[in-house]
Amino acid sequence: MAKVLVVTSGKGGVGKTTSTAALGAALAQSGETVVVVDFDVGLRNLDLVLGAERRVVFDFINVIQGTVKLSQALIRDKRLDTLWLLPASQTRDKDALTADGVARVITQLRQMFDWVICDSPAGIERGAMLAMRYADAAVIVTNPEVSSVRDSDRIIGLLDAKTEKAEKGEVIEKHLLITRYDAVRAGKGEMLSIEDVLEILSIPLVGVVPESQEALRASNIGAPVTLCSASSAPARAYCDAMRRLKGENVPMTIPSDPKRLFGKLFRRKAA
Amino acid sequence: MSIFNWFNWNRRRGSAPVARDRLKVLLEHEGMRGVKSDLLGLLRGEIVAVICRHVTVKPENVQVKMNRGATVSTLAIDIEIPA
Repeated sequence: MAKVLVVTSGKGGVGKTTSTAALGAALAQSGETVVVVDFDVGLRNLDLVLGAERRVVFDFINVIQGTVKLSQALIRDKRLDTLWLLPASQTRDKDALTADGVARVITQLRQMFDWVICDSPAGIERGAMLAMRYADAAVIVTNPEVSSVRDSDRIIGLLDAKTEKAEKGEVIEKHLLITRYDAVRAGKGEMLSIEDVLEILSIPLVGVVPESQEALRASNIGAPVTLCSASSAPARAYCDAMRRLKGENVPMTIPSDPKRLFGKLFRRKAA
Repeated sequence: MSIFNWFNWNRRRGSAPVARDRLKVLLEHEGMRGVKSDLLGLLRGEIVAVICRHVTVKPENVQVKMNRGATVSTLAIDIEIPA
């Protein structure tokens, strides 16, 4: 039975596309068939992050409008046989994305793949609402920073009210993914801690991805971080998050500040 | 602990606790996720309208706060009336 997952956040720039690519690749690496769908009409980027930007011929809107078949718009990843991409259109006409059209395509994708991952655009406009509309579960990407947390709270409210599942009286599964976490700054009290964010948003935590050069390098070269530097801290965090999404029981590892223990001892001595 | 030390400690503690407290107050205010997210705004609007029929108050001097508890929630209305 296929699972439709939306990766959303409200706020832009928190790591939705990076997380979609990394989780999608991690799932595909674990043997699942996965399609990642870009809902950011007019500002597509998932193709770029996956290194498939030069292979886009047809897109999501072409399929919705019936110009091409779904199979013509799907792009298979060159490194992972089981990872596919449905790119967004670069058209400026956002109304081209219709609820009926999206429902039809999602239904088709459900029959073809184990996982359908919808990469939501920022904001709460049509693209974002349709990305979450038919989802069974949601990954809410949040940075430990006030505006991101506030927007996530808003998105959680919308997930509970405006999705098909919610309208049927069912509960949409929600998972919190904290990205760009800096253990050193959180340790110093300069950044909201994991506990703070969890207390405020009160949804279950699926993973904590540390701030890292590797994530930037991955998007520079157009490869998901779980593929291009599999042993890096963000890749391990995404792999653990992926296993939790699959229902495995993986102990949570919060990135810690390596200097903290030493610093504490040192401060105590100095005082 | 002397005042000097307290200031020093406060600064070292960082700004995260301030962020957390501001968020908590804000989200409590915006509260009631989803369909009811405008409940407080609605209540506030109607309360201001009723008060304004009898006394002149500035809308910004009307504060409506909801505290959500596990079993009971309370609604606090604070209206500043000019002398």
